Amino acid sequence: MSSIKEHFETPGRYKQWSLGLMTVGVISLIIGYIMYGTHDQGTRFWAALLQNSVYFLLLVNAAMFFFCAVTLAMGGFVLAFRRVTEAISACVIPIGIITFVILLCLVFGGKTTIYEWLDRDVVAHDEILKGKSGFLSRGFFITWTTLTIGLWTLLGYKMRQLSRSIDNTPLNIEDGKKYIFKNTVWGALYIVWFALTVTSVTPWLWLMSIDAHWFSTMYSWYTFASTFVAGVALITIFVIYLKNQGYLEYVNQEHLHDLGKFQFAFSIFWCYLWFDQFMLIWYANISEETIYFKPRLDGAYAGIFYLNFIINFICPLLILMKRGSKRNWGTVTFMSVLLIFGHWLDFFQMVFPGPHISPDHVPLNLFDFGIALGFVGLIMWQTARVLGKFPMLAKNHPFLKESIIHHT
Amino acid sequence: MAVKKFVVGIFTDEDVLFPAIKKVRSAGYKIHDVYTPMPIHGMDHALGLRETSLHTAGFIYGITGTTTALSGIGWVFNSDWPVNIGGKSHFDLPAWIPITFELTVLFSAVGMVLTFCWLCQLAPFVRKHHFNLRSTDDQLTMVIECTEKSNEEEIKAFLAGVGAVGINTQVAETEWWMGRYDKDKTPFEHQGTALA
Repeated sequence: MSSIKEHFETPGRYKQWSLGLMTVGVISLIIGYIMYGTHDQGTRFWAALLQNSVYFLLLVNAAMFFFCAVTLAMGGFVLAFRRVTEAISACVIPIGIITFVILLCLVFGGKTTIYEWLDRDVVAHDEILKGKSGFLSRGFFITWTTLTIGLWTLLGYKMRQLSRSIDNTPLNIEDGKKYIFKNTVWGALYIVWFALTVTSVTPWLWLMSIDAHWFSTMYSWYTFASTFVAGVALITIFVIYLKNQGYLEYVNQEHLHDLGKFQFAFSIFWCYLWFDQFMLIWYANISEETIYFKPRLDGAYAGIFYLNFIINFICPLLILMKRGSKRNWGTVTFMSVLLIFGHWLDFFQMVFPGPHISPDHVPLNLFDFGIALGFVGLIMWQTARVLGKFPMLAKNHPFLKESIIHHT
Repeated sequence: MAVKKFVVGIFTDEDVLFPAIKKVRSAGYKIHDVYTPMPIHGMDHALGLRETSLHTAGFIYGITGTTTALSGIGWVFNSDWPVNIGGKSHFDLPAWIPITFELTVLFSAVGMVLTFCWLCQLAPFVRKHHFNLRSTDDQLTMVIECTEKSNEEEIKAFLAGVGAVGINTQVAETEWWMGRYDKDKTPFEHQGTALA
């Protein structure tokens, strides 16, 4: 093990890039506030913040889900790069705080153009919103949001702590079994909480309540699939980058192949949900449900809607289908970047066509990209910081050998 | 139908089998096949088998299924029997997608299973020679084909050298043939004697 580079040292250019991107984000934030934040309740400004913060929070949280799910499945193959996913999941802390602040501002700043249900006068005269007022209320929203982000952070911290706790203590077989069991228990707790948040209630509150009259029970699954594909893509990019820098000696094409398979499979899963949500509404043709697809399919957002489909389904389907392309570092890098962008676009068309945000024209401009780059910079910075603090390899984990000899 | 002579080596441990395969191959003997009770990772690589084209076949079957579904539904709803269903248009692509998807999966799945059976020479009422019945239970069987140049005794000695626990010579049919295991015991007996 002496030849293994155990500690990540952030290269200077990487640091410059992450700080530069964060600066771009802050400048965009300021310019955006001057341009859009001061009039008309700042709808355009806050909608962009909502889209980006929720997207990137769910994106880094997907890394957390990834290694908890693998822990429960007794999957050994991730061990060669598990510390990378852990480091990415540590980004839940800063981005979670940012998202929490933004959501607080939205709810207590009374941004009724984004969340219509915040307006008490409107709710009082609206039977549908009145019926939903138990769920769509300030109290429930804030309680649930606090619980969501708080428990993600806590359980994530616990999982990372468990992983690091054995770095200097080689385990015998009995201790190893106990250790795996303990991991499984905490991983399972996280998964249960994940199921209650990302795959059910949280996207309903954060995103679906923008279209307060409309609902789809598939919405959260769809959001989950979207962020999970992008999350795996993010992990892949970091793994490939670190491999390029000469770290992660045990990662080879077999691991890349598995990550490629995850991207491929969950892109298809995403499309399955994307299409099902659409088809059931389209077939039933009930006007209060089709209203959601009116601006997206027929209106200004049609281009983005279909581009979304092409980037997130047709491209991965055709490009990642062959075994050879899933084992090709270049192709997989390209697809990962494309998928992260594609699902960012997906979130864009979830938020912006909202009834009081911008249903008639697409406001996409450099401001949105600037904010997105800011978050990218933040993820780069935090991931590198956490990676550098701890060894890159969980060298005493009982499944490590399985990852080293992994073969697909 | 081809009847050939084989030297069969029986192994009990895959950790012995892998180096044995390597040695046998580098000594230049022709391995007919290796039979194992369970799939062993890396065996295809060790034997130097080419990448299977089963997935290409699967892709072609899938495309066939897609085409069948789309053209079938398209023909029925547009030219053969156009029906007004809930005011939807006749060319109603979103409604066809589930069926198209199902037929794609069905065609590729069934097609690949049948192709797999064909490649492995498996079918009902078809017989194939078994070199070692215990290779379905707990033994690993390596079968080396004898050509006119090979020396049977030399191969046997070589196999014993690389760790085979049981070695024998068999004259066997390589293809499959119609028949039943309980009735047709030795359909190629006379051919075998002719060769020997």
